[in-house]
Amino acid sequence: MNEILLETRQLKKYFQTPRGLLHAVDDVNLQFRRGKTLGVVGESGCGKSTLGRTILKLLEPTSGEILYKGTDIAGYGRRDTKRMRQHMQMIFQDPYASLDPRMTVREIISEPIYINKTMTDRREIEKKVGQLMETVGLAARLSNAYPHELDGGRRQRIGIAKALALEPEFIVCDEPVSALDVSIQAQILNLMLDLQEELGLTYMFVTHDLSVVKMISDEIAVMYLGKCVERAPSQELFSHPYHPYTKALLSAIPVPDLSCRGKKREVLKGEVVSPIDPAPGCRFALRCRHCTERCTQGPVELLEVAPGHMAACCRWSEL
Amino acid sequence: MSKIHTILEVKDLRVAYAGSGERVQAVNGLSFGVQEGECLGLVGETGAGKTTVALSVMGLLPERTSRIESGEIIFEGRDLLQCKKKEMQAIRGEKISMIFQDPMTSLNPVLTIGEQILEGLELHNEEKKSREELIARVHEMLELVGIPAARYHEYPHQFSGGMKQRVVIAMALACSPKLLIADEPTTALDVTIQAQVLDMMSQLRERLGMTMILITHDLGIVAEKCDTVATVYAGEIIEFGTVEDIFSGEAHHPYTKGLFDALPSLVSTERRLKSIEGLMPDPTDLPAGCKFHPRCPRCKPICREREPEPVQISQSHMIKCFLYAQGEEEMGSR
Repeated sequence: MNEILLETRQLKKYFQTPRGLLHAVDDVNLQFRRGKTLGVVGESGCGKSTLGRTILKLLEPTSGEILYKGTDIAGYGRRDTKRMRQHMQMIFQDPYASLDPRMTVREIISEPIYINKTMTDRREIEKKVGQLMETVGLAARLSNAYPHELDGGRRQRIGIAKALALEPEFIVCDEPVSALDVSIQAQILNLMLDLQEELGLTYMFVTHDLSVVKMISDEIAVMYLGKCVERAPSQELFSHPYHPYTKALLSAIPVPDLSCRGKKREVLKGEVVSPIDPAPGCRFALRCRHCTERCTQGPVELLEVAPGHMAACCRWSEL
Repeated sequence: MSKIHTILEVKDLRVAYAGSGERVQAVNGLSFGVQEGECLGLVGETGAGKTTVALSVMGLLPERTSRIESGEIIFEGRDLLQCKKKEMQAIRGEKISMIFQDPMTSLNPVLTIGEQILEGLELHNEEKKSREELIARVHEMLELVGIPAARYHEYPHQFSGGMKQRVVIAMALACSPKLLIADEPTTALDVTIQAQVLDMMSQLRERLGMTMILITHDLGIVAEKCDTVATVYAGEIIEFGTVEDIFSGEAHHPYTKGLFDALPSLVSTERRLKSIEGLMPDPTDLPAGCKFHPRCPRCKPICREREPEPVQISQSHMIKCFLYAQGEEEMGSR
C-alpha cells in the first residue's frame, strides 16, 4: 500500500535570466505513494508548476534525480522520455487554453494514442475514445463538437479524458479546477477522486487553494520560493502546522463561517521576494515574524518534527 | 429602523445584450437596496449577471450591444438611468466608483501611477484646487493604501499584483466616493496578499464611512466582510438577507444551499463534495418558471410553470422559491 511510485531527490530547476540565476525549484525531495495524492501548495511564483513540469520532463532538470519505480529518469534522452510519458500524464490548468480549438473532442482525446501508437486499429481507437468519454462523463453526442462549443467544466473533462488515454499511472494535475466555478469545481474534484479509486492513479495535485488541497490530498507539501518548507499528512498539516509560513497561509484563508468573523488573523507583511540569486538561509526569513540571526546564516533543512511530519524551520521547537 | 438611509436602490432592473442575432438576458428583474455604511455582498457564479449589475449602476454598459429594458437605479433620490451623460460623468468616480477584477489590465501601462490617480481628481475638481494641492492628495492616497509616496513616478509594470490592486483602490477612493463597487477585487491575488488587501479595504471603509457593494464568488470573503448578502442566479436575486440569515439561518434557497455544500471545507473530513448537478442555464434560452428548476433537487411541478415570487421569511430575509411560498401545503395536496 505504501509503495513509492515516484520520488524526487535533490531536484533542482534553475533558469538563466539576464538578472541572475532564478532558483525555481531548489533541492526538492518528494515521495509519491502509489494510488495516493500528494498536494503541492504555494503562492504564485513558488515553483509548484515548474516542479510538476520538471518531474514530467517537460522541463529539463538542472540537477537531481527523478526515480520512477526506482529508475532515475532525469537523464533520459528523447526516446526514453517519450516512452516514460505514457505512464506519466498531465492535466492542465486552463481548459480554455490547453485544447486545440481546431480539433474535435474525439480528435483531441485520441491524439495521444495516435502519437504513441499504443493502438493501431482505428475501430478500436474509436471504441476506446467512446469509453474514455463515458468514464469522464461526456455525452457521446459531443464527440464531434469543438472545444469552443463547450463550457469550462466539460472542457476540463476533455483534458482529463486525454490524460487518461494512455492509461498512465501518474498524473500531474496543475491547478485543474482553479478556472472553474464552485459548483463545477465540485463535479470535477469528485470525478478525479472516483477515477483514482477505480484506476489506482497517483496524483500530484498542484494548487494554490488550500481547501481544495485538503479535501483531495493524502499528503501535502507547502512550497515557498522553490523550497519545500513543510510536508505532512493532510489532516496533520491542517491541525498542527509548524512552519510560520504554513501558519500564515492557513490563517489567511477566508472561512465561510460567521464564528470566524472579526477574528484577528495573522496578516503577513510584505510580498514574496525574487527567486533570483536568493540569499542563503531560510527563504521566508524576510517576511517572518520570528526571524532571528540564525535563520539567515546557513541553509535550513527539512527535519522530522513529528512522525511523518517534516518542516524546515530552525525555530520549530520553540514556536 | 427609520434612521437607516437607503443610499442605492435598484428596482426591477432588466438588461439584455444583443449580438449576432442572439439576445442574452443577463439581468432579469433584479431589485435590491443598499443601506448607508453597510457592505452588501453579491454572490454568484460566472455568468450570473453580477458584473452587469455593477456596470449598469456605473453607467458603463457597452452602448452598442447592451440595452436596459426596464428598471430604476435610485442613488440619492435620483434615477441614474435617466441621467444625461454629463451628469453621469460627474457622479461616476466622485460619488460612486468601482474597482475592477484584474489590476493588471485596469491600469494604463504608459502613465505613471501618480498621474493615473491625479486624473480622476482633476476631472472632479469642483473646488478649483491647485495642481500642487491635488498632487498632495495623491500622496496622501498612496500612503493610505500602504504605498510609499515616493513611488508616485513609477509605472504599473514596476509594481506587483497586490501593489497594483492597491493603486486601483487609491484611484477609486481618491474623490472620497459615497459608494464603492468592488468587482472581485482580490480574485487575481494570492491568499496572503488577498488577506492584506481585504484587511486594508475594511479599515478604509470604517475610516471613511463608505458604503460598499462587494461582488465575489468566495463565500469566505462574504462571511468576513459583508453585512448583507444577495445570491444571484441567472440574473435574478434568489435570496437576500443579512449575513446571519445566509450563514446561520435555517431556511435557504436550494441554490444557496448547493453553493455551500459544494465548497470543500477546511473543517470537515468528507472525501466527497456535494456538487450541484447540471450547468448554469444558457442566458439566450432561459428555462420557463423558476430558472433554477432544471438543477434543483427539490423541484416540484409548479416550479416548471410559474416563476416564484419573493417570499419574506423574516423582515430581513427574502427567498424566491416555491418551497417557502404561502399555501404551499394546499398546492401540494391538490
